[in-house]
Order: sequence, then C-alpha cells, then structure tokens
Amino acid sequence: MAKKIKMIMAKPGLDGHDRGAKLLARIFAEAGMEVVYTGLRQTPEMIVAAAEQEDADVVGLSSLSGVHNYFFPRVADLLKQKGLKDVLLVGGGIIPTEDYDGLKKAGMSAIFGPGTPTTDIVSFIENNVRKR
Amino acid sequence: MFDEKVLQNIKAGKEKWDQGPVAKTLAKNPEAKPNFTTISGAPVERLYTPLDVKGLDYDRDLSYPGQFPFTRGVQPTMYRGRYWTMRQYAGFGDAKGTNERYHYLLNQGQTGLSVAFQLPTQAGYDSDHPLSMGEVGKVGVAIDHIDDMRILFNRIPVDKVTTSMTINAAATVLLGMYLAIADEQGVTWDKVGGTVQNDVLKEIICRGQYIYPPKPTMRLTVDLIEFCQKHVPRWNTISISGYHIRESGSTAAQEMAFTIADGIAYTQACIERGMDVDSFAPRLSFFFNAFTNVLEEVAKFRAGRRYWAKVMRDRFKAKDPRSMMLRYHVQTGGVTLTAQQPLNNIVRVALQTYATALGGGQSLHTNSYDEALCLPTQQAVTVALRTQQIVAEESGATDTIDPLAGCYYVEDMTNKIEAEIDDYIKKIDAIGGGLNAIDQGYIQKEIQNSSYRFQKEIEGNERVYVGINKYTMEEPPPTGLLKVDMSVGEQKTLELKKFRAERDNAKWKAALDKLRQVSQTSENVMPSVIEAVKAKATVGEICDVWRAIYGEYRPKEFV
Repeated sequence: MAKKIKMIMAKPGLDGHDRGAKLLARIFAEAGMEVVYTGLRQTPEMIVAAAEQEDADVVGLSSLSGVHNYFFPRVADLLKQKGLKDVLLVGGGIIPTEDYDGLKKAGMSAIFGPGTPTTDIVSFIENNVRKR
Repeated sequence: MFDEKVLQNIKAGKEKWDQGPVAKTLAKNPEAKPNFTTISGAPVERLYTPLDVKGLDYDRDLSYPGQFPFTRGVQPTMYRGRYWTMRQYAGFGDAKGTNERYHYLLNQGQTGLSVAFQLPTQAGYDSDHPLSMGEVGKVGVAIDHIDDMRILFNRIPVDKVTTSMTINAAATVLLGMYLAIADEQGVTWDKVGGTVQNDVLKEIICRGQYIYPPKPTMRLTVDLIEFCQKHVPRWNTISISGYHIRESGSTAAQEMAFTIADGIAYTQACIERGMDVDSFAPRLSFFFNAFTNVLEEVAKFRAGRRYWAKVMRDRFKAKDPRSMMLRYHVQTGGVTLTAQQPLNNIVRVALQTYATALGGGQSLHTNSYDEALCLPTQQAVTVALRTQQIVAEESGATDTIDPLAGCYYVEDMTNKIEAEIDDYIKKIDAIGGGLNAIDQGYIQKEIQNSSYRFQKEIEGNERVYVGINKYTMEEPPPTGLLKVDMSVGEQKTLELKKFRAERDNAKWKAALDKLRQVSQTSENVMPSVIEAVKAKATVGEICDVWRAIYGEYRPKEFV
C-alpha cells in the first residue's frame, strides 16, 4: 500500500479568512491524505519548520489579504534553503491571475483561484507529489 | 389570524389541488429536482397557504413597527422617514489616500463612514513590526498613531458624520484616537456618533483578529461599553457580528443564532460589571450578512428581531423598549461573489440590497463586483453605492414598512428560523453559555459542517452557482485591478521612526505607565487609553502593555 500523502495547510501573515483552508483540510483528509492545519498567523519560518518536522510532501498556502507576493516566494526560498526541494508547494485564495506567472517562477507549482473545484486540487496534488 | 372554518375550507381545497391538478401535472412532468431547499439547506414546500401560519397571532407575533416584538421593524416610520445609512467600508494604503476616498464617497451621496483598518492595526501591531511585513495598507488603512488618525479625518467634522470602525481587540485604542480627534475639532463627546465593532468573540469564532485570551479581551470590551454609556451617549458601543459567521460558512439561521448567543454573553458580562441592562442595551448594535436568497434573508432579519426582543425582555428583564430593538448594519455577502464573470456580481449585490431593504436594516455596505479579484476599484465602488440608491429610490421597496409580512412563506420561514435560533440558544445554554461553546469548538464545528455541506452541493451540482458550475465560459484575464502600493510599508517604517524620535518621551512614558497601572486594577481603562494616544503612544505600544499583562490568545484548531 502506498504511503499516505502528508500535507501542511498554512495561513501566512495576519489574514483571518480560513474557511477555504479548513474546508480543504477536510477534503484532503477525505481523499486519504494526512493533513496538518497550522492555524492563523504563520511566518514563513514557522511554515517551513512545520514541513520539516512533519516530513511533509505538500505545503498548501492560503491567502485572501493580498500578501501572496510577499509570503509565497519566501516560503519557496526557505524550503529550498532547508533542502526540501521536492516538497510540492501550492497556493490559493484571492490572487489576481496576472500574479500567477511570477509566483510560479518563484517556486509555486500551482495557484488555485476562487471557484476551483476541490477535486481539481486533489488530483493536481496526487499527480504531482513526489513518489516514495 | 384565520378562523377555523376558513382554515378547514383551505385544507380541503389544498387536498383537492394536491390530488387533482398537481398529481396530474407531476405524472406528466416531474419537477426539476426531488427536493427544493434554500441556500441554507432549509426545505421549501411547493406552496404555502394560511394553513402554514395558522398559529400566527398578529398582536403577539408581528405587532407594529417600533413596538415589541419589533418583527416588522424597529422604527415607526422606517424608510418613509429616512433611508438606511449608506455606509461603504473603505480603507487602503495610507491615511491620506483613504481620506480622499472618504471625501469622494461623501460627495457621491454616501451618508456615513466606515473605516477598514489594515490587519496589523486590527491585530494590535505597528506597521514596522515583523508580523506586519507585507500587510501594511493592504486590506485597510495603516493607522499607527494619533497623527495618522488626524489625517484620516481631515476636513471631516465628527459631529456631522457618523463613523463606523471595524476594530475589535484594539477597539479601545481606536475609539480613544477618535475621541481625541473630536477634542481637537472642538466637538464635545455627546455630539459624536458612530460604532466600533468591539466584538471579540466572533474574532475567536471565525474572523481571526484576536489579540488577548477571552476573559481579558471581554474586560476591554465591557470597559468601552461602560465608558461610552457615561461619556459618549450616541456611540454604538459594539456591533455584534453575524456577518463573518455567515461568511465562514454558516446557514442563515446559524448566523442569527450564534450572533444572539454572543449578544447574550456580552449582555451578561455588562450586568456582571454592575451595569443596569437599560443603561447600556439601547447602544448594543448588530451586523449581519445578506445573501442572494431574498426571502430567506428577510425571514432571518424578522426572526432575529423578534427573538432578541424576547431575550432582552424575558431573560434580562429590560424595561426600556430601546433595549429590545435589534438594530443592525448589513453587508452584502462577500463570499457570494464570483471571480468568474465578475459583472454578474452586480446582480447578486442588487438582490442582496433588496433583501436588506425588505428586511428593515438600519445601514448597509454593498460589495463591489470586483472583490473576488482584488480590493475594489473606484468604478466598482460607485456601482455598489448606486445599487443602494436605486433600491432605495426607484424600486418602491422603501415605500411601505415590512411589505412581506403576511406572506405565508415568509411568515412560516420566520417562525422556523426563530425556532432554530431558540434551539441553538438552548444548546449553548446547556454547554454553559457562548464563551464555553466557543472554547469547546461547538460553534466553530457547526459552521464548518455547513460550509462543507454547501461546497459538496456545489461540486455535486445539486445547487447551481452561475459561472461556477453552470453557464461557465472562457474569459480573458481581468484587467484594471486595484493594486496597493507596496511602498506604503517602507514609508510607514520611516515615518514611525521619526514619530517616535520627535515625541515628548517623558510624557509618553508617564502615560503608558499610568495605563499599565490602571490595567492591573478593575478601573476602567478608557481614560488612560485616551491620555496615552494623546501622548503619542502607538497602537502597538498600547496593545503591548496589555500583552504583557494579559498574555496572547492562541486558538485551538477544530478541523
């Protein structure tokens, strides 16, 4: 039997909108993943430390307060610095599509905007997560 | 409301209709789906008749506007006297830019101000704090100190305009600054009107802008209520909020029920402080959401008014009718907006505005159509304000009071929502009240279950969401979105350095020492907060005083 996908769901910054993060945590768990939700007010350092400690395969970042361009690349850089290069990093929230390219260049594998079916997010993770 | 004979006739007629025309039609053409439900999942029947409201007693259950139980509205003339206050929540970047937006909105016919503070201000951090990085000026205006507040209200006379401030854990600080500005403008506090949200319980339930643990944060909330009751009589001391509960996934009935549970907790806390219920309850105000299902929203508002009136009369023994009035602000449902085909959102907001008008709200913020994409542009904000003006002045919804009263469906739904509220309040009482229910995650879990159910309905195509699961189309990426200048953070950091260097250090230190001392006693903190902001203490510095004494709240996560 394949090992369960381990996922960190994180809310960087001071944003309090966590309906989406909590909903996805539940849906990922139902899809057979092991999910740790960090709660609010996470710094990039806290998120990456959680990923390291939990030996996570995936880190999901949720932002609805317009801080994605500040936080997402920092999480990507820190993951690289810690040698966690094969951790799949994805994000979502209120993020203008014109920012997607820059975020992908900075190390995000995918950005999921409002209205994305959760099944699409689950299959993206399943198809792109590291195999072990 | 109907005599027995009439009801028997209707019952017979309804049975005949069911067995005849309905059965015949169904045999040929089944209905589009097996079950019809509201957006909250409440069942909806094919037809409502007097049979559904046969227990309704006009005087007891509906009465007249401005009279107990206020089902039909809190004022005797409602919108025939004056429309609701059109109050657009606005703030971004620095104080100067936001002040310009306020003047624009006032010039366009807006009738009250509503300040959106940046998240660092809401969380009690200065703009140069490490946790503020990336957030400065993003979803609200950056206010760190009295000089920022003075710029924010430049050329805005605080005795002529009422101001609502979305500030909770740090409400005492921002109200302190507002009163200091009133002093500078030569306006006495009895002429100052407005609202602070000051609702820390819902921050813990769902909005996330908490600072302190429940007990000390409630102490600050009650200090503010007590202070205003004595010194700022026109101020709405709290805006007990269901808005964010609904945004985070609740049903309409849960929104009203959990808000009322919070309202009970605050009222209880004020009474425990030693205040007489009628001395503070008339200034308690509320804040609700409006979704697109117009009739369900109207029923929710009517049920809430009736239930709150009974709570205040029967549980808290209020005597003053004003204590029993559920007065509320409304914001249209942010979460109902789609990033797909964003112009469709104008229609959603129009229906939600119509629901607010038919439901009898006291003030309204309409969301802008582009808010699933970014902060609203000026064009989108203007359309949102015009939507209110069209509903108020063209639709006819404001010409008569509570026009949906007597509608069998709406009266039945009002009764059912009220019963659901009552059921929740009993459950929460059994858990030991709102604070315990929140501490145990009961309220949070109920909301999350509703949020999950709704998402499953959308993804299972059981419920239509235009542009999401039906009538989808390929669209070019949106253009012309509002961008907040990232340099606000850098400017604020430099400016704060200068501000701290130039203030009178001895005066500043003495004020903070005084605040620290008072906060360790049971004395009301407000006078020392006002002195501290006048002595140029910043939001972060004042909140740090309390962090050191009260500690910080760390939520349990209930996923």
